[in-house]
Amino acid sequence: MSATDVIDPPGTTAAGPANRRKTTGALLYVDDLRVTFDGYKALRGLSLTLLPGELRAIIGPNGAGKTTMMDCITGKTKPDSGIALFDGKHDLLARDEPAIADLGIGRKFQKPTVFESHTVADNVLLALKGPRAAAASLFGWRNRVAAERIDAILTTVGLIAHRGRPAADLSHGQKQWLEIGMLLAQDPKLLLVDEPVAGMTDAETAQTADLLRRIAGDHAVVVVEHDMHFVRALQCRVTCLHEGAVLAEGSIDAVSADPRVVEVYLGR
Amino acid sequence: MTRLIDLKGAIFLGLLAAFCLAVPVLNLAVPEGAGLHLPTYLVSLFGKYLAYALLAVSLDLVWGYCGILSLGHGAFFALGGYAMGMYLMRQIGSRGVYGNPVLPDFMVFLNYKELPWYWLGFDHFAFAALMVLLVPGLLAFVFGWLAFRSRVTGVYLSIITQAMTYALMLAFFRNDMGLGGNNGLTDFKDFLGLNVQSQTFRVGIFVATGLALALGYLIARVMTVSAYGKILIAVRDAESRTRFLGYRPEHFKTLAFTVSAMMAGVAGALYVPQVGIINPGEFAPGNSIEAVIWVAVGGRGTLVGAALGAVIVNYAKTILTGAMPDAWLFALGALFVVVTLFLPRGLVGTLVERFGGRRAAARLPPEPEIPPKLAEEGQGS
Repeated sequence: MSATDVIDPPGTTAAGPANRRKTTGALLYVDDLRVTFDGYKALRGLSLTLLPGELRAIIGPNGAGKTTMMDCITGKTKPDSGIALFDGKHDLLARDEPAIADLGIGRKFQKPTVFESHTVADNVLLALKGPRAAAASLFGWRNRVAAERIDAILTTVGLIAHRGRPAADLSHGQKQWLEIGMLLAQDPKLLLVDEPVAGMTDAETAQTADLLRRIAGDHAVVVVEHDMHFVRALQCRVTCLHEGAVLAEGSIDAVSADPRVVEVYLGR
Repeated sequence: MTRLIDLKGAIFLGLLAAFCLAVPVLNLAVPEGAGLHLPTYLVSLFGKYLAYALLAVSLDLVWGYCGILSLGHGAFFALGGYAMGMYLMRQIGSRGVYGNPVLPDFMVFLNYKELPWYWLGFDHFAFAALMVLLVPGLLAFVFGWLAFRSRVTGVYLSIITQAMTYALMLAFFRNDMGLGGNNGLTDFKDFLGLNVQSQTFRVGIFVATGLALALGYLIARVMTVSAYGKILIAVRDAESRTRFLGYRPEHFKTLAFTVSAMMAGVAGALYVPQVGIINPGEFAPGNSIEAVIWVAVGGRGTLVGAALGAVIVNYAKTILTGAMPDAWLFALGALFVVVTLFLPRGLVGTLVERFGGRRAAARLPPEPEIPPKLAEEGQGS
């Protein structure tokens, strides 16, 4: 497929004004993604466009396809059809997980996934952006990272006091933050964050919203979340998914006032 | 930062150095007949233990730090042993029963007209030494690259490693293989000009094995305390997560597996001159499983524990097979069950957990999982 084939998304799949931005200047351009698991249609023509530095919240009921969408973008799941372009030129569907991570897409999982055997500082060390070849890691730069670089990140996510503890000993909320810290260390162009405030207290939730707003701008951030207070606190554009496609997109007020969104999601 | 030589490493290297000094002194300097004299056959027996300890360290590198439970590490050990055996066969020269200056006895017997191509070069020690490293290393590289790239893990990987060593055993049993078939390679005479039966050689190869064990330990230690080792542990505990950070776990695993196989090959090469024979029985799956038990007894993910486990279990084997030859396999099986149930971290692992501090304990591999059904029954009784 040549690049010109994919520049023009078919108008028929447009689900909102965002799609008309096409790939011009878009950091992430996803069009008409379709995924089937054993006959179950997890994604039915999902389309999404994200600008560099944009903060976007994704909401939607269980089974709407939020996590499957992230799986497709990060190479974990191969869709049956569709287009996913990064930076207007990299075909994400032709790459595997490490290659996509290397392009600059970081991911935080729904269940906090940190390296429990390692200290908090070592978790950040392993995430730090830089060459990741096996041979290079034996004697290479990752063995000589200045402590200040790691400490700066740990200060940002409020874990500096815990830097020497094994990650296994952290609370659930602290693990969530450590994972966000690892994303910061990875310094990706796009962060995909799946339910970051699950299991957090209200105060922690507010802090997390604040942190994500600060991160956006330098990085594009996609946040999947059920907590509507949190989504409101993000003050960003919202996309509502339903049954594997985009149902509505716009400001939080516009989306939450949409009768279809109220029916399938908010009203439940 | 973790130091290269920690407390247990210092104790281990200290004990090993003392052992490698004491054994030659007691054998060479104390006159025969004196109470403290150590007979030469014991020197070789201890040397055999040290070769096994090196095999255990190599296995712990992949199992303890990378989660690769290889049930075929004996294959790399045996391949290294065969490479050494081929060198020793070529040193016999015309002193064989048939007096053929080029062909080993079994080839004359099987009507070989000339040396097969893969025997060429083995009359040179340097070439043979290179093959001791390259043959196991290359096999592990190809095997590992194919298996890890296809994301074969866990019990499936263990099964194919076992199949690998079994297939090699069957292949080496064939006379057509040109490696002595069932009888293997034996009747060695010289090693670098030294008579393999001489006291000097026996003590020399013992010390060399001790040095190889120390070096193997240090290489494994350099690997595991570096950023590479941290990523290896991360791969062990959460392989898919490392991919989303941009790492390629298959590269990390293949490197560890290859280095480990080379180490096992060296262990086999040092073992063969001390026992005087290498045959296809060394490929038997049971040997590889026994090595896994040594590591489990000593403690996975501690390196020192693996070496200790190998020595302890093999010492017990020597005693028990002398006293009650039929009981050994039952004792080995019972030992494995007892360790899994009551000492899941092994001897050294338990010490690290108790006294090594929280950080060191957290790095140990996860305890073996008992299937929920068994655990339930355990609670019920």
